[in-house]
Amino acid sequence: MRTATRVLKYELHNVLRSKAVLVYTVLLFLLTDVLFRFGGDGARVVISLLNVVLLLVPLVSVVFGTMYVYAAREFTELLLAQPVSRGSLFAGLYLGLALPLAGAFLAGVGLPFAIHARPDAALWGPLAMLLTAGLLLTLVFTAVAMLLATRFDDRAKGLGGAILIWVACAVLYDGLILLLITMLRNYPLERPVLALTLLNPIDLGRVLLLLQFDTAALMGYTGAVFEKFFGTSTGRMAVLGVLLVQATVPLLLASRVFRRKDF
Amino acid sequence: MTTARLASRLVGGLLLAAPALAAQSSVVVDPAGPVRTVSEALGRVTPGGRITIRAGVYTEPVIRVAIPVTIIGDSGAVFTGGDHEIFLVTADNVTLRGLTLRGGEHSFMEDRAAVRFDSVANCVIEDSRLEGTFFGIYLARSRGCRVSRNVVRGSAAVEMTSGNAIHLFHSSDITIDGNRVAGHRDGIYLEFAERARVFDNESTDNLRYGLHFMFSHECEYGNNRFERNGAGVAVMYTRHVYMHGNTFGDNWGPSAYGLLLKEIRDSRIIGNIFRQNTVGIYLEGSARNEVLGNTFEGNGWAVRVLANAEGNTFAGNTFRRNAFDVATNSRSNVSTFRENYWDRYEGYDLDRDGYGDVPYHPVRLFSLLVAQNEPALILLRSFFVDMLDAAERVMPVLTPQLLQDERPLMREPA
Repeated sequence: MRTATRVLKYELHNVLRSKAVLVYTVLLFLLTDVLFRFGGDGARVVISLLNVVLLLVPLVSVVFGTMYVYAAREFTELLLAQPVSRGSLFAGLYLGLALPLAGAFLAGVGLPFAIHARPDAALWGPLAMLLTAGLLLTLVFTAVAMLLATRFDDRAKGLGGAILIWVACAVLYDGLILLLITMLRNYPLERPVLALTLLNPIDLGRVLLLLQFDTAALMGYTGAVFEKFFGTSTGRMAVLGVLLVQATVPLLLASRVFRRKDF
Repeated sequence: MTTARLASRLVGGLLLAAPALAAQSSVVVDPAGPVRTVSEALGRVTPGGRITIRAGVYTEPVIRVAIPVTIIGDSGAVFTGGDHEIFLVTADNVTLRGLTLRGGEHSFMEDRAAVRFDSVANCVIEDSRLEGTFFGIYLARSRGCRVSRNVVRGSAAVEMTSGNAIHLFHSSDITIDGNRVAGHRDGIYLEFAERARVFDNESTDNLRYGLHFMFSHECEYGNNRFERNGAGVAVMYTRHVYMHGNTFGDNWGPSAYGLLLKEIRDSRIIGNIFRQNTVGIYLEGSARNEVLGNTFEGNGWAVRVLANAEGNTFAGNTFRRNAFDVATNSRSNVSTFRENYWDRYEGYDLDRDGYGDVPYHPVRLFSLLVAQNEPALILLRSFFVDMLDAAERVMPVLTPQLLQDERPLMREPA
């Protein structure tokens, strides 16, 4: 554990010095700030940020994460030559990646809200959900990055895989769902579609946020099925749980590969 | 004791001692007084007289008001119902004021109302409170009446065993204003009611419709609030309706509409606010209606126009934060949209005349997809769907091209 903290400390230094995380923070901050200056009230800004959280956060997490692990390759090899357990080294690497990114997201989006938003009870729910979704997506996609970068020694393959996974989750997956719905329109599809949604972290994040804003639309017949599942607090907890599982599984896989890897 | 007081005591004593004297123009009903029931008071009062009801709880058989009279309740004058109606008014020029009417068992055989006006003219019921009644105020075959500032609170649980708060049947020239009704089947129900004027009412939390009317021509509705009703407001089989300044809000559900228009003709819907409804306005088989200067905000579907609605005009409306602006079920649509403000409009205004230079197509591809396959709704706000919409906007294939706003407003109308 101690070694893990030490590795983490070093990695934090390293990541923060690389300025990429700083740029990410400033970018998010400026974006949110500008939305406030042009758009006005907090609720609208949250809606506008929806696509940022659902697209930009996973993209940055998975691409930056993969690059980061590749860049840390020599350092990793060096440390492995020392009496350091692979487990704590892996934990240090992951946290050193995920924590700064998560912090950058929270600071970049949260600060403008602290500055501009008028305290309004109706805003807290959506804002909290936005931040939670962004946080969990960061955890999921950095875990995926860890898996890719440890699994493939070839950087091109790893980065290609990262972008592919992002495109699949952000765009293709929804296309497939739509195709499925259109092809099987004669069948009651609410539940299968619900199950499919649970498999894609970006869709999960989207639905969580959706229920904060577009409840009126979702209250139609089909929407009622979705609302019944996602809208209740147990449903919401379940979704957060699934997102955590989606972060844990690739992480465990990556850790397994990392332990057995012949560097 | 002064002489005057002594005299008044004596007179009072005389009156007490001789209750069966000739009809009086003013009678007081008091649980502890000489006249203890309204039915009895009605036997003593002269036509056009006045009955005052002191505080107390009155349980009587049906009170039949068959002469013109004014009945005024002190605060705390409570009438309880049971398996019968409380007031049955069959004379013209009757006024009921300040009464509290409580309870009434539901019936499957009759529309049992707390107060029923049957075939009368110029009746008034005002400042009264109805609690837990089956039907509240019922006007049948009446004209020129006024229902004002009443509070009608029901505790309806299912449609089968609940009645309407204010019910008009075959009546004309009725004014309904300043009432607050809640918890019934329909808040205000007008059937064959012509030239009704419905103003400043609040109809909320009813099981079915906040306001429901059928075959009620030439009516006017203004400044009412209809909120959280099971299915919103329904206007059916009617012509020449004028609705203005009303608020339709928070009507949620699979078949909930802010305003449902079915077979409505030549009507005007002006300056209303539709907020947070599953569907703001739903038009079916309606023709030549004008929808002007309304605000649609945060609805699931702001406007749903079926292809069998013809010649309707939507102008000067504001569409803001709706999941879908307009939905329809066909590529050929004959309603006109012009000079509305759409918050999704992405066009430009080079000549700076305040109107966008490229038309706006309010029907998104995705809204068609959802209309055909409801589960697709789960993809709302998905990046993929946004891309599809953008592609469709550039090269329209599936969405109705005629349904467009040629001159969308660049700014919200003031």
